[in-house]
Amino acid sequence: MELLDKLAILADAAKYDASCASSGTEKRNSLEGGIGSTEGSGICHAYAPDGRCISLLKILMTNACVYDCLYCINRRSSNVQRARFTVAEIVTLTMGFYKRNCIEGLFLSSGIIRSPDYTMEQVVEVARCLREDHGFRGYIHLKTIPDADPALLATAGRYADRLSINVELPSQEGLDAFAPEKDLPGIRRSMGRMRLAIDAAKDKGAPRFAPAGQSTQMIVGADASSDRQILSMSTNLYGNYGLRRVYYSAFSPIPDSSASLPPAAAPLLREHRLYQADWLLRFYGFTDDELATGADGNMPLEMDPKLAWALAHREWFPLDVNTALREELLRVPGMGVRSVDRILVARRHRRLRLDDLARLRLSLPKVSPFVVTADHTPRLIDATCLVAKLPQRRAQQMSLFH
Amino acid sequence: MHAVVLDHEVDWQGFRRAARLLALRRIPPEHVVWSVRELDDLFGEPVAELPADNSSAEGAFRVPRGLVQLAQTVIQAREPARFSLLYGLIWRVVSGARHLMEQITDPEVDRANRLAKSVRRDTHKMRAFLRFRSVQDEDVVRHIGWFEPQHFIVEANADFFVRRFAGMTWLILTPYRCAHWNGQDLAFTDGARLEDVPKDDRIADYWQVYFASIFNPARLKISAMTSEMPRKYWKNLPEAALIPALIAGSAVRTQKMIEEPTVSPAKPTLRVFRPVDPVPNSPLSQARVAASQCRRCALHGPATQTVFGEGPIDAAIMLVGEQAGDHEDLDGRPFVGPAGQLLDKALAEAGLDRSQLYVTNAVKHFKFELRGKRRIHGKPDISEIDACRWWLDIERAQVAPRMTVLLGATAGRAVLGRAVAVLKERGMPLRLARGMAVQTVHPSYLLRLPENADKAREYKLFVDDLKVAASMAGPISGSSFKQER
Repeated sequence: MELLDKLAILADAAKYDASCASSGTEKRNSLEGGIGSTEGSGICHAYAPDGRCISLLKILMTNACVYDCLYCINRRSSNVQRARFTVAEIVTLTMGFYKRNCIEGLFLSSGIIRSPDYTMEQVVEVARCLREDHGFRGYIHLKTIPDADPALLATAGRYADRLSINVELPSQEGLDAFAPEKDLPGIRRSMGRMRLAIDAAKDKGAPRFAPAGQSTQMIVGADASSDRQILSMSTNLYGNYGLRRVYYSAFSPIPDSSASLPPAAAPLLREHRLYQADWLLRFYGFTDDELATGADGNMPLEMDPKLAWALAHREWFPLDVNTALREELLRVPGMGVRSVDRILVARRHRRLRLDDLARLRLSLPKVSPFVVTADHTPRLIDATCLVAKLPQRRAQQMSLFH
Repeated sequence: MHAVVLDHEVDWQGFRRAARLLALRRIPPEHVVWSVRELDDLFGEPVAELPADNSSAEGAFRVPRGLVQLAQTVIQAREPARFSLLYGLIWRVVSGARHLMEQITDPEVDRANRLAKSVRRDTHKMRAFLRFRSVQDEDVVRHIGWFEPQHFIVEANADFFVRRFAGMTWLILTPYRCAHWNGQDLAFTDGARLEDVPKDDRIADYWQVYFASIFNPARLKISAMTSEMPRKYWKNLPEAALIPALIAGSAVRTQKMIEEPTVSPAKPTLRVFRPVDPVPNSPLSQARVAASQCRRCALHGPATQTVFGEGPIDAAIMLVGEQAGDHEDLDGRPFVGPAGQLLDKALAEAGLDRSQLYVTNAVKHFKFELRGKRRIHGKPDISEIDACRWWLDIERAQVAPRMTVLLGATAGRAVLGRAVAVLKERGMPLRLARGMAVQTVHPSYLLRLPENADKAREYKLFVDDLKVAASMAGPISGSSFKQER
């Protein structure tokens, strides 16, 4: 098979993994030799029409797999065409794309062939070859395999910037139904081991281990898990294993799919709400039990989770932007972490008015119903028509088919 | 009126020198005309030449670091008024507005911040969207890229490409300036034309295939793409030529996937590779395997794993702690965190070798409460202690130690079946149905002692308790123990 054909198959096979980050690792450059650099923030070198950034060469080593996870295009029972890269081919593509400034590095994953150890060995060998034989200083993200030998994990951590294991579904019951070979306790044990190694590597002189930490992904909408289950799992994973990111991937139709899956468009809006909620958990001081309080355990789709929270907690408002605490301002719909921090700086020097907020690039229609400024007091905070006055986003996601 | 003519668009040194002299002479911004290369605006009145720089003789002033950094960015903006805007800010700072940079809603500060933001975005987009083509020139491979920046960013941004591609020979062409790197030195020349960029080799085709294959037609989000990769960049991105066709074909491809006949799942092969545990040959190892699936109380839910006891099955001494801690939960072994390290030290001072002891906990899952990013240790309640006693009883029956050391009140409760007053009952021999026990504190109690407590004394009491246990346990068999893990 031509390399070009392999690339088409093995990139297609990798596109359901949402992770794209190339940020947060140690600083490196090639002034002393080798090729490549990492400078803290990631760079998105292109965007596909699905709105996802292309930062890394994201491919599978092979899409052959002995697992039969129903939601996965590469599962054993799928009739998809199979291919496998050699180590040298992956290195050629990575170096070729990197030198053309197309990518920040490589995100390598693989179907499981022969055994977890064998598969992991091959994946680690690619990273070793890039680092040691080609002096590659760019970013490497490796997908790790829970049952693989911990010694292989240690080697992976030496070469990779980031390691990840996808939990895919938030409960063992879900996995039993959809991914019978996947074992949540085994995944947790691996994440625990990785956390210990990542923490230990922060000590001076300790061996290098995945300086950009670990991440995971959950699929949204393949099984019946509610937003509350998903967010509570995220909270647990962030706390237990110090994950840098939990990615949410709206289950999207795949070719040759299983009869047990919803044959429907990807729930992109729900995915978006989960990302918003995830940010509220990590940067805004919200807890998972404050969000997704609907009777069905889901967040409303028609408004962002912070606005939904604010409308249900109107007693908090209005807040005076000139006196409110940072953690209070973080709860105002339409205010981001950066805007809040800018407000805190700006109000040291003058009593802020509405046009100051506009200059801080806040959306007045979104923010003004909830805040008091030197020249403004909202009147509608307890009115039922408040929702109608706010800028609306279409509740239904645009259907492609009707 | 004073005129300043800068050498080129981003003549930072020239701007800095002129601004300093003007400010020292107390010449207000409205009396200065700035231009690049040649004087392009004359007011009829004679223009005062700037004197030679002898500022040390004339005194100096300080500009906040934040303003210097802002100015270095703003000077790259394609905005003719940038020099007077920046000198205006410097003038106000020098005239006493010391915290001007914090007044981010001030119109001039805001304008400068917006220009800086635009320059930073352009800088970032150049790092993202510049594509090199690889060209074989006799023996050298050169990488040549074309980019059309919005602002005058090539000079300041070239260092990024040096750091990243130091080992390559490369050339960045733009309409106003070109940067050359030969592996040693960086040089700049005048602008170039797109036609100057040669054709690429085959890897460029591979990139197009990658771009088309990584796109998921079932999740079209065009506005998310264009907000980060605006159309103005498309003409110089080879992969962007594919976008219209990818968008046009996506609805049909997705519809086909949804309507296509589905496949029944294959029969699951349960956990194919999980190493099949060798048939547990002792009741204790059977219990260890069974405990790994334990759901006798709710603590298993948020925890990572069951932390079972470990040590020789014929150990003379068993240590019982409270519960698995943060570190133990991640590692799967008892007493490996800070309390475990203190315990190891104290054991050694009491003449005990940990490898000859059976070490376990009353509660085998970590109970915690999440506070921010931290897992705060929670005290197990009686129902959890009782639920977990099932496993502790098996361990005690199988190991049958002559001496059981109870570390803390939870261990006392679990083994003695009653509330204990640790500080009153410590260090005294207690008779159990089989063997003896000694109650002492938990090592984490020593770690949590307040600053003014007598830590050395408390630690010594702990070691003394361990010594009592050791002497009562009699000789510790070091000969035939099997490690039970």
